Amino acid sequence: MEANIKPRTLFEKIWDTHVVKPETADTPAVLYIDLHLVHEVTSPQAFSILRERGLKLRRPERTLSTMDHSTPTTPRGADGRYVYGDAQCEAQVAQLSRNTADFGIELHQLGGSAHGIVHVMGPELGATQPGMTVVCGDSHTATHGAFGALAFGIGTSEVGYVLATQCLLQRRPRTLLVKVDGRLGAGVSAKDLILAIIAKLGVGGGTGYVAEYAGPAIRALSMDERMTVSNMSIEMGARAGTIAPDDTTYQYLAGRPKAPSGKAWDAALARWRRLATDEGARFDREVSLDASTLEPMITWGTNPAQAIPVTGAVPDPAQAADPGARASMESALRYMALTPGKPIMGQPVDVVFIGSCTNSRIGDLREAARIMRGHKVRLRTLVVPGSAAVKKAAEAEGLDEVFREAGAEWREPGCSMCIAMNGDQIGRGQYCVSTSNRNFEGRQGAGGRTLLASPATAAASAVAGKVADPRRTGEA
Amino acid sequence: MEPIRIIRSRTVVVAKDNIDTDQIIPARFLKVTDKKGLGKVLFSDWRYADGGVPRPEFVLNQPAAQGCHILVAGDNFGCGSSREHAPWALVDAGFQAVVSTSIADIFKNNALKNGLVPVVVDRASHAAFIASPGTEVEVDLEARTITVPGGAKATFPIDGFARYCLLNGVDELGYLISQEESIARYEKDAPSRS
Repeated sequence: MEANIKPRTLFEKIWDTHVVKPETADTPAVLYIDLHLVHEVTSPQAFSILRERGLKLRRPERTLSTMDHSTPTTPRGADGRYVYGDAQCEAQVAQLSRNTADFGIELHQLGGSAHGIVHVMGPELGATQPGMTVVCGDSHTATHGAFGALAFGIGTSEVGYVLATQCLLQRRPRTLLVKVDGRLGAGVSAKDLILAIIAKLGVGGGTGYVAEYAGPAIRALSMDERMTVSNMSIEMGARAGTIAPDDTTYQYLAGRPKAPSGKAWDAALARWRRLATDEGARFDREVSLDASTLEPMITWGTNPAQAIPVTGAVPDPAQAADPGARASMESALRYMALTPGKPIMGQPVDVVFIGSCTNSRIGDLREAARIMRGHKVRLRTLVVPGSAAVKKAAEAEGLDEVFREAGAEWREPGCSMCIAMNGDQIGRGQYCVSTSNRNFEGRQGAGGRTLLASPATAAASAVAGKVADPRRTGEA
Repeated sequence: MEPIRIIRSRTVVVAKDNIDTDQIIPARFLKVTDKKGLGKVLFSDWRYADGGVPRPEFVLNQPAAQGCHILVAGDNFGCGSSREHAPWALVDAGFQAVVSTSIADIFKNNALKNGLVPVVVDRASHAAFIASPGTEVEVDLEARTITVPGGAKATFPIDGFARYCLLNGVDELGYLISQEESIARYEKDAPSRS
């Protein structure tokens, strides 16, 4: 009978096993959620809904929370207290503590050993597993797709729905295959790959789709690198970006606190091995690119699709065929105060930020340290680990010493300067080479100008004091 | 939520493509724990200069924009973050519909839950809206139509269930709660899935 079974994609397999009630013309599907991650910014109003309606939390054991956006990245003071960016930040974090205590939700507090950015913490604890549905009131929930999970961001109303019912109403999205052949060259990272994919598809090119990244270049990536790729799926409009699990995934998960163990591990492994997209399964859309042709990438504009190789020149809007695209480019160049036709390399920079749910894991910090070792940074450089565990691992390897000796600031974990809610921000008109995920106007502080790049490119730029090619650090 | 059937209003046009949620409401305004009063910081960095002084050249600060309930925006409106603060701010500022050639997925979902109707139209109709800011138009949610400047009507897609909720002023949570029996059965019967 096996031959009669229609080949399915990874997405279809996860979707099919999570449908509580199938969709009809009149009603969306009721989809079951295995893991709900909660943070302080998008949850307070959802807890208010529960209180107003007298509802209970349906599945506390499927809910996991941390505080990351509004938290300080400076250590505790001598009095044992943290100094928050302002009273609102502190009140929001306190509200999360109250809400999670009232509803019985596991919370990883600031200063705790498992504290971290929500999309770093979940995988580290082994809470994110292949085949799961994972949601969070955060668009970078796509990160968890790196484990072969269907993971996507939701709004606060939906956070309330999941707290109350462990379910969401969903129409089945379309599927997009991004096949990456070849292998990334030396000095070219997962961040460069995803920036190249977004540049190819456009900032809205993935809207309505769940992406799957596949091909030899993806297979060769570590879990940290895969998370960087999946993380930025939303920057092309795709709510989710999955990668089929394989031995790299299982090796990462084995022994993590929330991963199955013993017989349960063996059973899970048998299930996980059946998740990969079947030979012959159809996607609604397919694109491919060759990793071996890629160079380190950097953005020049005000959306993540406006990216070029670091060896390239700022594009000229006059060359754009479409008037809409031309207007977007002109507006971006005005905001960024960059000159068309000028090489991006050598562009003066004021700040470098290495961190965020895109690039704050141990592999990212190793890359940054590799470039910075033995050099001094020429500008304000913040290195913010994604979690307490990443911080501990980096310190055990002496990476903190490399950063400190280079003159960079080594901070406590959090979202920090990616979203500039906690007081870590850049000034009006300043240029920041940042390993984060968004270069929108004002994202890192009102009037600030962001150039997105990899940890290696950011570190090389910190050392050079201007946009630099990480493959050439150390050259005269 | 109030039921919505017909929205009649002049339009206000912000023609830019790819207006992201950081422009709709910058992250520094997300530190609140309720959803009231966010209309005053809608498009904050475009609307106000340093010190909170309104920029007279920005369309929302102009007299013609006052009392408008329909925002016409460029392609891919609402891209970026999942912050529901974006539709909260638009609704608090009096908007009941957003018209574009495409609207980002998470923003669209959030809009539908707050009585903000996402109206996606074809490029030709959109060009007519862009060319005629301030035109009085009508969105008919029941018929799924919008009047286009020049007199024609365009139809727009909207999920049937979301439309039902908007027309009746109910939210999805009530429906999900009513599925309790199915959810409980699923939890009991489904083999270990993850």
